[in-house]
Amino acid sequence: MRQITFSQATLEAMAEEMRRDENIFVMGEDIARQGGVFGQFKGLSDEFGDRIMDTPISETAIIGAAVGAAMAGMRPVADMHFADFMGVAMDELFNQMAKIRYMFGGQTTVPMIVRAPDGLSSCAAAQHSQSIEAWFMNIPGIKVVAPSNPADAKGLLKSALRDDNPVIYFENKILYREKGEVSEEEFLVPIGKANIVREGTDITIISYSIGMKKAYEVADKLEKQGIHAEIIDLRTLVPYDKEAILKSVKKTHRLAIIHEAVKQGGAGSEIAAFVAENAIEYLDAPIMRFGAPFVPVPFSPPLEKAYRLDSDKIVEEILEKF
Amino acid sequence: MERYNKDLLNTLYYKMYKIRRFEENIESFFLNGEIPGFVHLYIGEEAIASGVCASLTDKDYIASTHRGHGHTIAKGADLNKVMAEIFGKKTGFCKGKGGSMHIADFSVGMLGANGVVGGGFNLAVGAALAIKKQKRDNVSVVFFGDGASNRGTFHEALNLASVWKLPVVFVCENNEWASTTPYRTTTSVADISTRAAGYSMASKIADGNDVFDVYESFKEALDYVKAGNGPFFLEAKTYRIKGHYVGDPELYRTKEEVQKVFDENNPIDRFEEKVLIEGLMTEVELEEIRIKVENEIKEAINFALNSEFPDPSELFDDLYV
Repeated sequence: MRQITFSQATLEAMAEEMRRDENIFVMGEDIARQGGVFGQFKGLSDEFGDRIMDTPISETAIIGAAVGAAMAGMRPVADMHFADFMGVAMDELFNQMAKIRYMFGGQTTVPMIVRAPDGLSSCAAAQHSQSIEAWFMNIPGIKVVAPSNPADAKGLLKSALRDDNPVIYFENKILYREKGEVSEEEFLVPIGKANIVREGTDITIISYSIGMKKAYEVADKLEKQGIHAEIIDLRTLVPYDKEAILKSVKKTHRLAIIHEAVKQGGAGSEIAAFVAENAIEYLDAPIMRFGAPFVPVPFSPPLEKAYRLDSDKIVEEILEKF
Repeated sequence: MERYNKDLLNTLYYKMYKIRRFEENIESFFLNGEIPGFVHLYIGEEAIASGVCASLTDKDYIASTHRGHGHTIAKGADLNKVMAEIFGKKTGFCKGKGGSMHIADFSVGMLGANGVVGGGFNLAVGAALAIKKQKRDNVSVVFFGDGASNRGTFHEALNLASVWKLPVVFVCENNEWASTTPYRTTTSVADISTRAAGYSMASKIADGNDVFDVYESFKEALDYVKAGNGPFFLEAKTYRIKGHYVGDPELYRTKEEVQKVFDENNPIDRFEEKVLIEGLMTEVELEEIRIKVENEIKEAINFALNSEFPDPSELFDDLYV
């Protein structure tokens, strides 16, 4: 099968869906002329003209206007430049976008996508490196996806572009350049379904987005120790696939959750609590969570390295529990 | 005054009087403990919503504020469903999920009251963007107060609407009070419309307690916007007769100050005086409208009181599509 990058996969998804649905348009900073800070919109304006709109540096207006346009029958895509800047538009995201359908009794839908490039890159420091998906797991009314590979990036984006709910699409900045197999046939990846990417019997490792790279590394190292890990790529954080998680944990009797985001209050906390509530009697060891330390992302290379997850340390900790 | 035909005069008076009587009833039901949550009344500002919405159709959008009953009624929403929503009943527009601060009627283009001051600007700008993209001949209107003009949302919305030449009218209801603070002590300009110039936007000041002036000024705004000139800023000067919310102890002003405005500058009294003196309407015609309104209000109250509350099983309805 052909290999394309994550970034190309998102471009294909956008182009295919924009050809299909003329209500889709995109707003963001540096996207039309520049093609996006990470090239993720490159060339779209050649085909779609004024449907790709360069905005002022006004995240609040971008999200607010997307919500308004969605209520008036369009299907806007709002690019946030860096996920970190979602804070600038937080009222629009959590008080308007997330709540409008419910608090107005279902009179309208808010079909829109927020594209949010996230994660550590190289020394981008505290305000351009964060993974903030967990914030949005605490706000009913939004769907949250976080693909880990080009095929899922395409399939999930296409699904999001057909979903009548607001969807936040977290796209990891390092993953943009990663290549992977993507079918040339049309396909969708359903929102809300996890992917068991490797079957195993001894421990379940759950991750998503860039965290999946660590999940594979850890599983490979455990394999050398004779431990067969099952890996679940969550793909979607809201709604997350509870059934797949429980089924796997009941089989393997152990659980480790890995993500690049801060561990405290992270997505792993929710999953760990969910498993503890529903399947603790199946567990042979405490649930393990691996995430970033409770500190802002530091700038200097040695400090940033210390901040990052280390698969050797994760393996060491897991082995202690066997 | 030939331009004011009977239909228009009837409409203006009907809308204003309906809002006034609706709000007076809401106030007494609230004070009797029969309405949950809290409510913000539009009494004294009726001329603005009425004068603006008289020129709008169901295909035009409005975005409203926490003080949104007047806008909703003026836009033509079914009074029964407005009343039922404020009482928290399942027959309300939002099935009891929204209440006073989140009243909305999408069937008439009323995109919702907003619990966040300044929350409506960009929603209206986005709706205007949709109108432009869909090549429709409609407009989007955002009502907001003097207080909201100090939010960042105001400035981002004005700039975006201006650079994209969107069909949106910013209607500032300058009622002089930002919650419990006099706007003059917290706002860098005396006329909020001064700020429009910073965004290369045409603007006008209207007497917000004169429904004719609001109507005429908004017509001008509408013509300007529909001609493709981009957004327009209309500031309507008014005064908030009631507290920020029902139950507000109003420690920040005297009763005399409020009473003076109400006695001397009440938009409904001014309308009645004008049309009677100028012979545009008769007392009998005014009375007919008042009777009609009383009947509609009575019916809405009965509808609300006799409606069921939502069932707890409806808690999750309409969260996701």
